[in-house]
Amino acid sequence: MGMTIVEKILARATNQKSVKAFDVLEPAVDVAMSHENAALVINQFNEVYQGTGLEPKVWNPDNIAIIFDHRVPAESSKTATNQKKIRDFVRFNKIRKFHDIRSDEGGICHQILAEYGYIKPGYVVVGTDSHTTTHGAFGAFAFGIGATEMASVWTLGNVLNVEVPETIKIVVNGKLPANVYPKDLILYIIGKISAQGANFKVLEFHGEVISNMSMSGRLVLSNMAVEAGATAGIVPADVETERYLKAAGITEKLNFVLPDSDAKYCQVVEINANELTPMIACPHTVDNVKSINEVEKKHIDQIVIGSCTNGRIDDLEIAAKIMKGKKVAVGTRMLIFPASWNIYKDAMKKGYLEIFADSGAVIMNPGCGCCLGVHQGALGDGEVALSTTNRNFKGRMGNPKAEVYLCSPAVAATSALKGELTEPAIGGF
Amino acid sequence: MAKVVYKFGDDISTDAIYPGRYMATVLPTETPQFCFADYAELNKNLNSGEWKNSVLIADNNFGCGSSREQAASTILGHGLIVIAKNFARIFLQNSINLGLNLITCPDLDAKVGDDVVVENNKVVNKTTGKSFNIVPLPEARRAIVEAGGLIPYTRKKLIDKNKK
Repeated sequence: MGMTIVEKILARATNQKSVKAFDVLEPAVDVAMSHENAALVINQFNEVYQGTGLEPKVWNPDNIAIIFDHRVPAESSKTATNQKKIRDFVRFNKIRKFHDIRSDEGGICHQILAEYGYIKPGYVVVGTDSHTTTHGAFGAFAFGIGATEMASVWTLGNVLNVEVPETIKIVVNGKLPANVYPKDLILYIIGKISAQGANFKVLEFHGEVISNMSMSGRLVLSNMAVEAGATAGIVPADVETERYLKAAGITEKLNFVLPDSDAKYCQVVEINANELTPMIACPHTVDNVKSINEVEKKHIDQIVIGSCTNGRIDDLEIAAKIMKGKKVAVGTRMLIFPASWNIYKDAMKKGYLEIFADSGAVIMNPGCGCCLGVHQGALGDGEVALSTTNRNFKGRMGNPKAEVYLCSPAVAATSALKGELTEPAIGGF
Repeated sequence: MAKVVYKFGDDISTDAIYPGRYMATVLPTETPQFCFADYAELNKNLNSGEWKNSVLIADNNFGCGSSREQAASTILGHGLIVIAKNFARIFLQNSINLGLNLITCPDLDAKVGDDVVVENNKVVNKTTGKSFNIVPLPEARRAIVEAGGLIPYTRKKLIDKNKK
């Protein structure tokens, strides 16, 4: 019996010829990523060593990445103290893949792992963040874990008791219409299979739309796979993966892990991209997805473009083209937070930041804070936000009495100019 | 025996269980105060101790969203039993890792005020007299629960590794 991508990766990571769904394994980890919640991981890690007489040392500092992004710069003394504790740990353990609050290395963890070439096809990647699924875009098996599980990984270098997930094959053929983007596609998929439709399963993306999609778009798909409950969302590696990693400075030969032609899938979902429209995830679940024309037009108080989902340079380019020479509607505020400082500086050179600043949008430093309501950009009672981020749960942007709608950067930028939900123009700006 | 004090629907996220704005608080001794912080009555009765060791029931996909482990430690701190039709993956794993045994019971019929008891792989609703099958944890996850959580489980592996 042939194997899916995740089965092949897990066979390699456990030195076996083959594995199958529901086998229980302890795969070796290639990259273990944390952000500020490394403070809790450190506590749990020390707890593991308690009473053993052994000195707490991570199994391999080169496989660990730590990036500050959730509350940067620190919004409170508590956070600052956590960050200080992590810096001390990083220094003591000689962790080099550490990205501090600096404009020459910082950004959102998932963007940093991608643009620094830390993730390669075939890797097993774990992160103490549910959007670790992002890295499936490189043909890797990447999944979110909790802090205690990370402490276990830091100790042993393996994830314990992993049950090999079944795989749902998503096949997207046709061509995305001119105002429809990868974000619309993944929202459509989540709406179709539901927020729990892929729970404990992997999504494997196939079809001509995926082959023709840039890494930036693939990162959007894999990033939001978790919103369908998926353990991971994997795009088979190809020439585009190779192009992206080469640009990130990776010169070594890559080992593409591709599915066998007779791999066993638990479900196959076929999608005709020609029929898609801009999609909106309405409050308060990500699977409450409607075509933009079916959503009631209402005043938008806050527009957000950014996050690990849609804060890359092509996202900012789309928004800048739509907003050039125009103004954010009176009564609406717009926040833009690029996914990394490299993107920020690229957008500065290309003139996008000037366009945003002239339009009335506020450009924020790269980080996660606003998306999950922990640091700036909170909503007032009864307010409505339209955002390119990834979650619209009640209370997500810091206020359970507010509403969050999710959309593509094109919808966000177009709507910012009107102050209400507006469909982007087709084939031009 | 414990009383059902709250009934949730589908897709209760970890943002609902433990809102993001409290995430800088990480210690299991401190997280319980923010348990369901945006559900005023629930939070108040948990913090007063009135609903300690009681039962929350939910439909599908309880614990979806963020991987924040505070969502498990905050529930554990109040001694709550959570019975749901099913749980989201990361939350389920985090709970097991901390020794919080979640009960998956797809057919449960119970309402707020009912007394329930978990026995012999069944949830028994003492108020109605009906009982409902529990979906047992996969063996691999049960091993962690039986070890008392992932920390002692990992510690044993660490010690074994260093003996070799």
